[in-house]
Amino acid sequence: MKNLKEIIMKFVFLLTACVSIAAVVLICLFLFTSGIPAIAEIGPLKFLFGTTWKPANNLYGIFPMIVGSIYVTAGALILGVPIGILCAVFMAKFCPKPLYAVIKPAVNLMAGIPSVVYGFFGLVVLVPFVRENIGGSGRGMGVLTASVLLGLMILPTIISVSEASIRAVPQSYYEGGLALGASHERSVFFTVLPAAKSGIFAGVVLGIGRAIGETMAVLMVAGNQPMLPESITSGVRTLTTNIVLEMGYATDMHREALIATAVVLFVFILIINLSFSMMKRRSSK
Amino acid sequence: MISFKLSDIRRRMKEFKRDPVSLILFSVVVLAAVITVTALIFIIAYILIKGIPYIKLDLFSLEYNTDNVSLLPALINTLFMIFLSLLFSVPIGIGAAIYLTEYAKRGNKIVGAVRVTAETLSGIPSIVYGLFGSLFFVKFLGFGLSLLSGSLTLAIMILPLIMRTTEEALIAVPDSYREGSFGLGAGRLRTVFKVVLPTAVPGILSGIILGIGRVVGESAALIYTAGTVPSIVKSVFNSSRTLAVHMYALSDEGIYLNQTYATAVVLLVFVIIINAISELLARKLGGKAQNG
Repeated sequence: MKNLKEIIMKFVFLLTACVSIAAVVLICLFLFTSGIPAIAEIGPLKFLFGTTWKPANNLYGIFPMIVGSIYVTAGALILGVPIGILCAVFMAKFCPKPLYAVIKPAVNLMAGIPSVVYGFFGLVVLVPFVRENIGGSGRGMGVLTASVLLGLMILPTIISVSEASIRAVPQSYYEGGLALGASHERSVFFTVLPAAKSGIFAGVVLGIGRAIGETMAVLMVAGNQPMLPESITSGVRTLTTNIVLEMGYATDMHREALIATAVVLFVFILIINLSFSMMKRRSSK
Repeated sequence: MISFKLSDIRRRMKEFKRDPVSLILFSVVVLAAVITVTALIFIIAYILIKGIPYIKLDLFSLEYNTDNVSLLPALINTLFMIFLSLLFSVPIGIGAAIYLTEYAKRGNKIVGAVRVTAETLSGIPSIVYGLFGSLFFVKFLGFGLSLLSGSLTLAIMILPLIMRTTEEALIAVPDSYREGSFGLGAGRLRTVFKVVLPTAVPGILSGIILGIGRVVGESAALIYTAGTVPSIVKSVFNSSRTLAVHMYALSDEGIYLNQTYATAVVLLVFVIIINAISELLARKLGGKAQNG
């Protein structure tokens, strides 16, 4: 009797463990069975490299959105990576303890602020700022604004992963640097930081994943025109916003083209995740 | 770590004079930290200053209408959403973590698959979850735009988080506890429930708190699964708008700017409280680890 209970519960635990496998299988199944036929019908090249997105005329080219996603992500990295890594260096090697007790929760809070709040902040602060000081065809909404906002949003991700990997470098590296006559700064930057390289890269990759996947904040500040952006101030639409903008009223082929957009996004994310876990494995070795 | 004693500062000034590279490196590092903290303070202060004056009693009426733009229904729906998502994801997440740490043998193929899929799940963008939820829960299972569809979608989304934190908490329980329990004649099941799980409770709780934070902040995954009806749900099959979705809808309509600020304040306060609790838990956990 007691044995039976043990066996049943073991089976129940096994079952719960399999839920995440089932979830991934279901997600793939539902996205791919609607998305792949749509891509086949539109034509993979026409879909991926077509530059016109006009569902009303049956034109489904998502190239502008792919480019848009890459642009805003690259822009976010230009801002977020240097600040994030340097801030992580500060927190791990420069920050006095009482200050750390304030900064660490602040960074955590930054990660916890909902993306609509970031988006709204972008809408009421960044958009007017860009419109009045830089101008451009997007009237404040566009690649630049979205990049700055996303750069802020990926900061906590980059900071926490980088900080952890900097702290994981043995203290002897740092002391070795000092012993050879290096200053505190030189020792941190030229011995500790190179040793933490792969962990920091992993943080950056995770940040890329965040930036590509972000939807609502980008939606609120990017302008969302489905065209190839001409300059950094012109409006832009990303893969994520394409889905959220039109899913509400799309039917038939249009709807399937949106699901196909999600498939492309999903594949992007899978590639990023794969490289992240490979880097993590390398850095833990 | 650098010290801020006067003598040390004087020594470092001399060092900087001799070696300008160090001074530059020091400055950029401090600058980066200042930028980060300033950005956060600016965002929070801006929203609070603009929003607090507009937090009026109207915003907390039981019924939403276009005059009062009440956020209370959305707030209550958010609580329902949190409760339901946790109801689905916490037992499954804890069960999975128990299997991974207490039952699975080394090199078990299922363990590898669970880890890879959990990692995949944690990287999927919320809009993809939303799309999947609308295809699977809303259409295929026929739950419609509802609290149920939304919470199931979110449950999958926060599952990897609950699993990972619980697993870490279980791993942190010393093996001597388990051996002691086995030595007293308890079976594996009893050991797990009476000895291992109770010890791991703070760690599991911190995972749940993080999960609550994700649910509160989520909007993209909910628009096409839970819908945007701004009234208190009567059953799990009603469409429900959570606070984050409510805020997006207000901002999208564009005519309720002040109320949007006020809603953002409520959302921020929610998030700050959640973060404070998780910080307290983490501190408690850290303290415990140091003591023994």
